[in-house]
Formats: sequence, structure tokens, C-alpha cells
Amino acid sequence: MEFGWIANPHYLGYLWEGFINTMILVAVAGSLGFVLAVLLALARVSGPRPLALLSHGFTTVIRGTPLLVQLFFFYDGIGRMLVEFPGLRDSFMWPILREAFFYGALAFTISVGAYASEVLRGAMLSVPKGELEAARAFGMSRFKILYRIWLPHAIQICLPTLTGELILLLKSVPLVSTIAVMDLLKAANIVRDETFLVYEPLLLIAGIYIALTLLLTIGMRGVERNFPGVRPASGVRTIPGT
Amino acid sequence: MQAYGQESVLDWTGPLLAGALVTLEIALAAYAIGLLLGLLGATAKLSGWGPLRGAATGYTTLVRAVPELLLIILLYYAGTQALNDLLQWLGMTGQVEISGFVAAIGVLAFVQGAYMTEVLRGAIVAIPKGHIEAADAYGMSRWLRFRRIVVPEMLPNALPGLANLWLILVKDTALVSVVGFEELFFTAQQAAASTRSYFVFYAAAGALYLVMTLGSNTLFAWAERRVRRGQPDT
Repeated sequence: MEFGWIANPHYLGYLWEGFINTMILVAVAGSLGFVLAVLLALARVSGPRPLALLSHGFTTVIRGTPLLVQLFFFYDGIGRMLVEFPGLRDSFMWPILREAFFYGALAFTISVGAYASEVLRGAMLSVPKGELEAARAFGMSRFKILYRIWLPHAIQICLPTLTGELILLLKSVPLVSTIAVMDLLKAANIVRDETFLVYEPLLLIAGIYIALTLLLTIGMRGVERNFPGVRPASGVRTIPGT
Repeated sequence: MQAYGQESVLDWTGPLLAGALVTLEIALAAYAIGLLLGLLGATAKLSGWGPLRGAATGYTTLVRAVPELLLIILLYYAGTQALNDLLQWLGMTGQVEISGFVAAIGVLAFVQGAYMTEVLRGAIVAIPKGHIEAADAYGMSRWLRFRRIVVPEMLPNALPGLANLWLILVKDTALVSVVGFEELFFTAQQAAASTRSYFVFYAAAGALYLVMTLGSNTLFAWAERRVRRGQPDT
């Protein structure tokens, strides 16, 4: 085992860049994917029939195909079509649409949206009907019911599962190295190509991922514990605002 | 890969379907071996011997905390090396060349086994203790007890998890294309690069995966109805 290369600023730079890109991808795809998941779940639970069917079909296709294939579909399949799209190359969007990073973020956002929407849908359906009826009786608008009552309670129900989805997202980030985005795996590949060390760089980033998974798990457990309305282990109900 | 001549998209139908077949083959083989590893892992986790439990816990924790793609690349290189080292240590000379097919199956099965361990352990724990004791009281041997009591009673608990793992496995097979193994997605990449019809071939590959996953959904639904026969509706 030879780990001397870690001290080399050349490789350290790649590793750092890969780490930062990984964090950005998780943050962007995690948050945008969650918004997409809410929309998809809402369309299925209370949308008009065509919209519900569309949402169902979309999640089925995304959940039924490998993320790697989706990544190449967006990057090579759609990305290359955009190149030929008249005028796009000169538009302000081009610097973004040119980057492989954008397609990685897009594919991950869609994937998170599809998987999390399935989780959210189940949770939304298991919120007691009486709560929604009570909210309606209070004269709340549909939107207000959604963000004050329905969604918070649904998230409370499925938060541990959503944590699992977030960890799955983190673990799928190395896929972007296949479309030439600088992530930790890509950095490790560069080290491997230049130093002919096969295991050391891979083992290093495996260690980084284990640490990140652990940190994310602990962090999300903190969020779960402090989520309004979740009963702490002692059985005392926390009331928000007290 | 052909460098010259205009290939038609349809020329690739045969290779794509052949790739899909290879994908199904490695998925089935990895699933079977993974199931075996999972049974061993679950037995180890439920055993009374500390070191065995610790080894099984280490296996599942590590595999589940490291990204699949990274594991596959690591195992692909390390597995070959380890096997050669082992043979050298046993006094055999020369290098063994592991076929990509075997390596792909081994790597996927190793990952799958860790997740199987968790699913099977949970399903076995959920069997009422009294049933196991009753089997012992009847004087059943361990094997008979396993075959007649443990397996039929754990299957209804385990099947949803097992179905889920199969779907994950089918999708994970695409990852072995990264180490150059020729399955469905690798073939699709070659086809796309050679004809420059990226959109068509990635969509086609996606559609083939979708057929496999949706088809397995139907099979698993049937299997679940079957193992749950005789159980009260819940």
C-alpha cells in the first residue's frame, strides 16, 4: 500500500474538486428532486386522472430503468440533439447546457423525484382523513391545507425512508464519472492512470464514502429527532413553539 | 466496432437482444448466488458465535455504505488479483484469467448477498419462536426444520424485499459495462457510438430494461400470492 501521492497538491486538488462536486450534486438533486417528488406525488394522489396517469407512467419508467442508462440518455441522447438545435449555441443557456455536470444533476434530480414521489405518495395516503377534513372545516384553502397539514404530516411519516433515499443518492454520485464529471471516482481514476496504483485511490474514496454515509445518517437522525410533531423516545409529545 | 460504411439502426437489433439475454443470465446467476450468500450471512448474523456475527455485520455494513459502482470496480480488479495470490500461495504457478462473465456474476452476487442478508435475517426473525420449538419437539433434523418450517414461513415476509432486490440487481447489471463487460448497456453504447444514433439506442436499452423489470413485477406478484396462500387476508 502506497499512499504518498495524497500529499501531492496535484492529486489533492482533483480530490477536493471531486468532493465539492459530489456535495453540490447531492444538495442540488436532493432539494430539486424533493420538490419534483412533491409535485409527482400530488399529481397522483389528488390530480385529475390524465395527470395522475402521466405521473404514474413517468415514475414507472424512471424506477424501471438503470440510472446509468438515464444518465447517458440525457447526456449523449438529448445533449447531442441540443447541439443541433438552431440558436441554442448562442443563447445564454449554452454555458450550462454544454456541461456534463448539468446532465448529471438533471438525471439525479429526476431519479430522486421518481423514487421519493413513490414514498411520499404512500405517506400522503396514510395521513388520517379527519385531519384534512378538520383543516377544510377551518376554512383553509387547498394550498394551505397542503403546506400546513398534509405535507408536514406526510413527511413526518416517511422521513426515515426519505433519509434512505438521500443516502442512495449520495451513493449513485460516482456514476457521473462515466460522463466525464470530476467526482471522487474520476479523481481516483486520474490518480490510477498517472501513478499506476490501482487499489489505493479506490480504497481512499471508499473510505470517504463510508464516512460521508455515516455523517449523513447521523445528521438526518438529528433532523428526524427535531422534526416538529415527531414523538421523542421518552413518549412526551413535543409541541412546536413551546 | 465497424469504422466504415453506414450502418442501419436495425442492424443492431440482434446484438441488442443478445445483450439483453446476457444481462438476464448474469442477473439470474448473481441472484442465485446472492441468495445463497444471503442465507449464509443471515445464519451467521443469527448464530451465537460472536466472531461469525461480527464478520457478517462487517460484510453487510461495508457493502451497503460504499457506492455500487465503486465496489464493482474494486472487486473486479481486487477479485482477480486475490484469486491469483491465493493460487500462488497454494503453490500453483501461472496466472488465471477470469472470464468477464464469471467476474461480473461474482461481483454482483457479492454486493447482492449483503442486501439479501438483511432481508432474510429480518424474515427469519419474524417467524414465531414457538414454531421452531415445535419443530424441534417433533424431533425434526435441522435440515428438515429448515426446509419444512423456516423456508415456507419466512418466504411471505421475505418476498417483497427479495422482489425489490431483484429489480435493483437487474438495474445494477448495467454497471458492469463500466469495466468493459459486454451486456445490454455496453452493446447499446457501442451501437450508439457506431451509428451516432445516441437517442435511439439509449431509449431502446431503457425500454428493454423496462420490459425486464415490469415482467419480473408480474412474476413476483404471482409468487407472492402463491406463498401467501392459506394466510388470512390482511
